Amino acid sequence: MKAPVISSWFGRGQGEAPPDIESAALRSDRFRLEREGDWKRLEAILVRMEKGGLRRIADDDLIALPALYRTAASSLSVARETSLDAATLAYLEALVQRAWFQVYGPRTGFVRWLRDFLFGGWSRAVRELWLDICIALFVMVAGTVVGWLLVAQDEAWFYRLFPANPGDVRAPGATREQLLKSLGHEEGAAGLAGFAAQLFSNNSGVCILAFALGFAFGIPSLLLLVHNMALLGALLWLFNGQGLVVELAAWLSVHGTTELFGILLSGAAGLHIGRAMAFPGKRPVLDAAALAGRRSAVVMVGVVIMMVVAALLEAFPRQLVEDTGSRFLIGGSLLAFWLAYFILYRPAPRAAEAAA
Amino acid sequence: MNARREDRRARTLLTPEGLALPITLAPRASRAGALIIDVMIIVFSLVAIPLLLALIVDGLFDDSPLARANVDDRVAEFLGILAILFAFFTWYGYFLVQELGPRGATLGKRMVGIRIAARGGARLTPEAVIARNLLRDIEIFYPLITLFVLLVVARNEAPIGILGWVMTGWFLLFLLFPFFNRDSLRAGDIVAGTWVVERPRTRLAKVLSVEGATKGASDVTGVRYAFGEAELSIYGEKELQTLERMLRESPPEALAAVHETICRKIGWDPGAGDERAFLEAYYAQLRNRLEADLRFGKRKADKFA
Repeated sequence: MKAPVISSWFGRGQGEAPPDIESAALRSDRFRLEREGDWKRLEAILVRMEKGGLRRIADDDLIALPALYRTAASSLSVARETSLDAATLAYLEALVQRAWFQVYGPRTGFVRWLRDFLFGGWSRAVRELWLDICIALFVMVAGTVVGWLLVAQDEAWFYRLFPANPGDVRAPGATREQLLKSLGHEEGAAGLAGFAAQLFSNNSGVCILAFALGFAFGIPSLLLLVHNMALLGALLWLFNGQGLVVELAAWLSVHGTTELFGILLSGAAGLHIGRAMAFPGKRPVLDAAALAGRRSAVVMVGVVIMMVVAALLEAFPRQLVEDTGSRFLIGGSLLAFWLAYFILYRPAPRAAEAAA
Repeated sequence: MNARREDRRARTLLTPEGLALPITLAPRASRAGALIIDVMIIVFSLVAIPLLLALIVDGLFDDSPLARANVDDRVAEFLGILAILFAFFTWYGYFLVQELGPRGATLGKRMVGIRIAARGGARLTPEAVIARNLLRDIEIFYPLITLFVLLVVARNEAPIGILGWVMTGWFLLFLLFPFFNRDSLRAGDIVAGTWVVERPRTRLAKVLSVEGATKGASDVTGVRYAFGEAELSIYGEKELQTLERMLRESPPEALAAVHETICRKIGWDPGAGDERAFLEAYYAQLRNRLEADLRFGKRKADKFA
């Protein structure tokens, strides 16, 4: 057997043919030789699965996979009790572990997951966070009121919230005409598309930050919400001074209903993780955090999609549609759409998902 | 020392069949290495490739209507949007798509031989992969970019106040996070319920008891080594498996030393020239004896047992 066999020079998969079973002197080696073929077949299937997914594998092999996995697993438990061959044991442990990753691996690829996510998974995850959403909504409303009151008390707060920005007319003392003009549409669509992409990148960054900060027991997420909404409160106060609140609301509502909803959801997602870590209930902290983290991650993917929509709305319709009524119509119908999608859209989960 | 470090990273995974599988957590160094490789790949593809394309295009269409000066602003803007979206989806897609694949690892992780897995033998889900990758942003990239911006601001001699220290502290907190828990989890792993493990890759070694003197006579001298009860009861499983490793891997000189040690221990006179055959025969007979005991539930862990 020591002489080099030509076939072993080619390919990694097929080495030399296994020796005759009867030729082995030890009982445990005969046990191994009897089962070696199955192990090698399993290994070959695993290599192909790891390389290119399920498509390249013959149906026969795919059907045989669970059985081969169980064969290898039972071989391992028998070998542990009867064999002292360390190399074989190490090989079997590695083989069973690799097979386990494939047999019990992620059940769906990314595309399939995305489809399930859009048709049911997303709205279900949002509904699971209802308590956090209520808290975050309360905090956001409170933040707006605080912003308004702060600026109403002392105008200096306005400059603290909006650091001086030369050329921006939106400051205390601005005339009604100036403010109205800042809500008007700009000339044509040139430059708006790039503007949208930049807005999207920026806004989704803020949202991911609000989510990720939930890790510190959710408090930074809430602070971020308060800060963002205080800006809105200050802006509302400014326009209220000139009796333009309705126009401002219309201007904001075009994209704001989507964007603020997205910020609300990401703050709630962050809060959800923070709450699970602070009050894990009967579960260990790590398990509670992991459970909450997975649930919130689903919501966050949705938030990124909402930010795409918001950025497109902010760049195009908001700047191109000038009429207050139409602006309210666009913003209001989007809000209605999101609410209906999250609250009313409840498809039954697929059987496989329900079992997971 | 090395062995003890391995021990500290060893964990047990219980499959649904009730089988306990040993797994090894990935060392922190290889995880850092994998991350550096991944970031380099992303940065390279986001910066170098567009730059190269731009250079080539500039060179090719220098005087034609496609030269940069002649391109409509709207076309340029459209390309700009494509670039931003491409960057965004590369950044998140790179990790997501690869870690959801059958290997559970990005290119960098594959190179250093590690993969992600759900903690405690659960099934790895897409949600977990998404959660652990979203957190990576605030752990490393957000503070790094902020620090970089602050550095530029400071060079222009604008005051940055305490913010620099805050961001440094933030960065260090998350960077050192894996050093403060047993499973070397980073924040993203905690939130997602995952951990990073080594990817085993063992090839099936040859069967030892079909060749040479394991079956009987030595090929060299024709002597048939036979050991008695007393000679085989000296060593245990640990020594047997050390001997197995040596028979598979070691050069003849090392085998000669082992041969001498064993001979002295069992009271034989060490000869020379036929060491391998002697060791093969001793290995086969010792293993036969220990495995026979094993079948009756008797284990002898090492020579002291």
